[in-house]
Amino acid sequence: MPDRITLVTALQGAGWHPAAWRTAGPAAQRLTSLRHWRDVVVEQDRLGVDAVTIEDSFTAGPMDAAGDLDTSTVVGRLDALLVANAVAPATRALGLVPTVSVTHTEPFHVATGLQTLDHVSQGRAGWRIQVSPTPREAALFGRRPGGDEASVLFDEAREVAEVVSRLWDSWDDDAIIRDVTTGRFIDRDRIHNAEFAGSFVSVHGASIVPRSPQGRPPVVSLAHRADAAAFAVDAADVVLVTPGYDGREARDLLDEVRHLEQVAGSDVRRPVLADLAVLIGSSSAAAADALASLDTAAGAPYASTSDTSVLATTVPELVTLIGDLRDLGFAGVRLRPLRIPLDSTAIARELVPALVTAGLRADVASRPTADLRTRLGIAPAVSRYASASAPVEVPA
Amino acid sequence: MSAKRQVHLAAHFPGVNNTTIWSDDRAESQIAFSSFEHFARNAERGLFDYLFLAEGLRLREQKGRIHDLDVVGRPNTLAVLAALAGVTEHIGLVGTLQTTFNEPLELAKQLATLDHLTDGRAGWNVVTSSDAFHGANFRRGGFLDHADRYTRAAEFIELSRELWDSWESDAVVASAVFADRSRIRDVDHHGPQFDVTGTFPVPRSPQGHPVVVQAGDSDEGRDLAAAHAEVIFSLHTEFEDAKSYYDDITARLERVGRSKDELHILPASTFVLGDTAADAAERARAIQRAQVSPATAIAFLEQVWNRDLSGYDVDGPLPDVEPDLEGAAITRGRARHTRDVPALVRSWRDRAEAEHLSIRELVIAVSTRGGFVGTPSHIAAEIDRYVQERATDGFVVVPHTNPYGLDEFVDTVVPLLQERGVYRESYTEGATLRETLGLPGTIRDRRGVLA
Repeated sequence: MPDRITLVTALQGAGWHPAAWRTAGPAAQRLTSLRHWRDVVVEQDRLGVDAVTIEDSFTAGPMDAAGDLDTSTVVGRLDALLVANAVAPATRALGLVPTVSVTHTEPFHVATGLQTLDHVSQGRAGWRIQVSPTPREAALFGRRPGGDEASVLFDEAREVAEVVSRLWDSWDDDAIIRDVTTGRFIDRDRIHNAEFAGSFVSVHGASIVPRSPQGRPPVVSLAHRADAAAFAVDAADVVLVTPGYDGREARDLLDEVRHLEQVAGSDVRRPVLADLAVLIGSSSAAAADALASLDTAAGAPYASTSDTSVLATTVPELVTLIGDLRDLGFAGVRLRPLRIPLDSTAIARELVPALVTAGLRADVASRPTADLRTRLGIAPAVSRYASASAPVEVPA
Repeated sequence: MSAKRQVHLAAHFPGVNNTTIWSDDRAESQIAFSSFEHFARNAERGLFDYLFLAEGLRLREQKGRIHDLDVVGRPNTLAVLAALAGVTEHIGLVGTLQTTFNEPLELAKQLATLDHLTDGRAGWNVVTSSDAFHGANFRRGGFLDHADRYTRAAEFIELSRELWDSWESDAVVASAVFADRSRIRDVDHHGPQFDVTGTFPVPRSPQGHPVVVQAGDSDEGRDLAAAHAEVIFSLHTEFEDAKSYYDDITARLERVGRSKDELHILPASTFVLGDTAADAAERARAIQRAQVSPATAIAFLEQVWNRDLSGYDVDGPLPDVEPDLEGAAITRGRARHTRDVPALVRSWRDRAEAEHLSIRELVIAVSTRGGFVGTPSHIAAEIDRYVQERATDGFVVVPHTNPYGLDEFVDTVVPLLQERGVYRESYTEGATLRETLGLPGTIRDRRGVLA
């Protein structure tokens, strides 16, 4: 059982509620500026949140009932990987976990982009792996017809995850030798070609990027359905589940992941985070009122379209909920703030200290700096090429 | 107001060829972000127009193995430029990005993102390739016929601009609705290379279009640049050569209805500084010896001879064996140097014999590019002369070491250019890269493509 709760904040646009931008004031016009993102992310960093995820898609936004772009909500976005890189120099301890899709993007670019984020952030990169299932996205690329079965997209994603992992391992830690005597910059025996040829993708060479601080940044995947859960167990280090969605209980979702791990023959128990949408108010009634007014502005209750539970709640209620989740065996939570910055600020400024007081987290000041794998409770990434001849302690 | 033409300077992050001296005592990591940050901040201190970064898509190989004598390994171009957006305020950020192993929707999205994150300081050096060697790292392999490289590049640029123009700058209203749907146009592009349909995901960026840079030197490359580019990254640094290139491009621009004022030509060059001319020449010699280590000298000849020459003494005469003209190229991942190998080898042998040059001395003589060598005042005067006499519009400065190789230029040459009245004293607050370059509006605006 984790000894303290992992807390991740999920960032997107003005928040997860379709009407959230109406509460953002002038900031609604600045959602594509570095200033907006830096302000939001630095607050999470300074106040001790473990990581932020950043959503992405190739679409401009959701569709309305008529099948056209729904401009009553936020449309238009920035590339999440690049946003994560841009905010990295301004942050010190926060994990940065952009969504990078694998359906249309080249695995080589996925691998090198995330390695670069890991270098820039000195070991704080993560990867929210995602597929792009819609025909709309396929039409924007024009390379494939779109409408592939989910099982096909997940199979392809498994291959991409594998080849990315191989590229991440392709340079040994000590490949750069700078040996002036022989004139050699690298020891080429310590760089390994990916040599991956699958049914969907193939990559022959090594990464262009030297091994990054974490080696392999942690992979995070959303398991809101059974097929996604099976994929997450195959491809991810951290699994997000959505309690309350589709009438499923937190305990069952956790059991499902553990069962799938067993089926897959994996002896690793992945950290599982409960992924919850939250609006945080000063009282339950105030939170409920705020959500109701957002729902009215949007013309429909957000809970009817969200793929997870939507909670209008308070900090004390959240602390109790998170404590209960921990008792079930959850490693922590990813919270999707319905309003950014209102609810993201409440998470950083109010929820974090309340969790410390409740004994669910260490105080920021007393927490050692660490890479993201360590913060998430994942073992260091040992390269698949790690030499078997490395010195081993032999017990006397 | 000065009538003098103004000098434009770009700073080339030290690359992965032997121009970069990794054996220098002060050479630092080629991958640590601190190196990029120092380099960018220093270029910004020197009021450079932009920082330039190349791209790697496969590690170079020689004799079937990774080439190990030069700097190896670099970051993903877009990702590190985005990180630099976070630590710079004024300088343009220009990256080399392939049109062959990228798709327009995705690259246009990333470049528009970079332009937002930098408040309008993004640029794109468009390159093409078609070889199976690089293709082996990508989904489609070496799919593109060599002859189609520029066709694809041209359609890629046009389509990117169509995507960037599809959102009007006032589309996000954030009043009754978030965006005005009538100000977002769906793209429906069908061409020989691309079929792209739908709504572009990024609102119009501050520059509208990131600045397009092009480096092609072939006839087709020059035409592509004349039709589509705003800056040419050229290789012509010798004065007369630079001048005839400049005239050639000016004529090509006129043929496509553009004026030279719409495009800058910035050749890449190295600069070796010294307190005296003799001091600078001595430093240049030391730099050349560091660039051409014994192993590098052999590897260089192997690229031309196309065979293993590891048994030869670099301090001895040129190899007596003949080059292998039939075998598959032993060097992969970089352009081959010459088409007529026998003639080249003959000329090198003649030169080595006439000047009593060893292998290493010959390689130094033929491989290290001229560049500028001299005192800061000599170099400032030369840069000024090239620009006033329309041989170039400035230079891309290529330092020898990472990350401090630019510092001395900034400390000594930049103030002298300012004294001459040909270089800015400060950035214009809030200027986009296109404004810093002194270029007019985007190509499509000027053509009246937008209503």
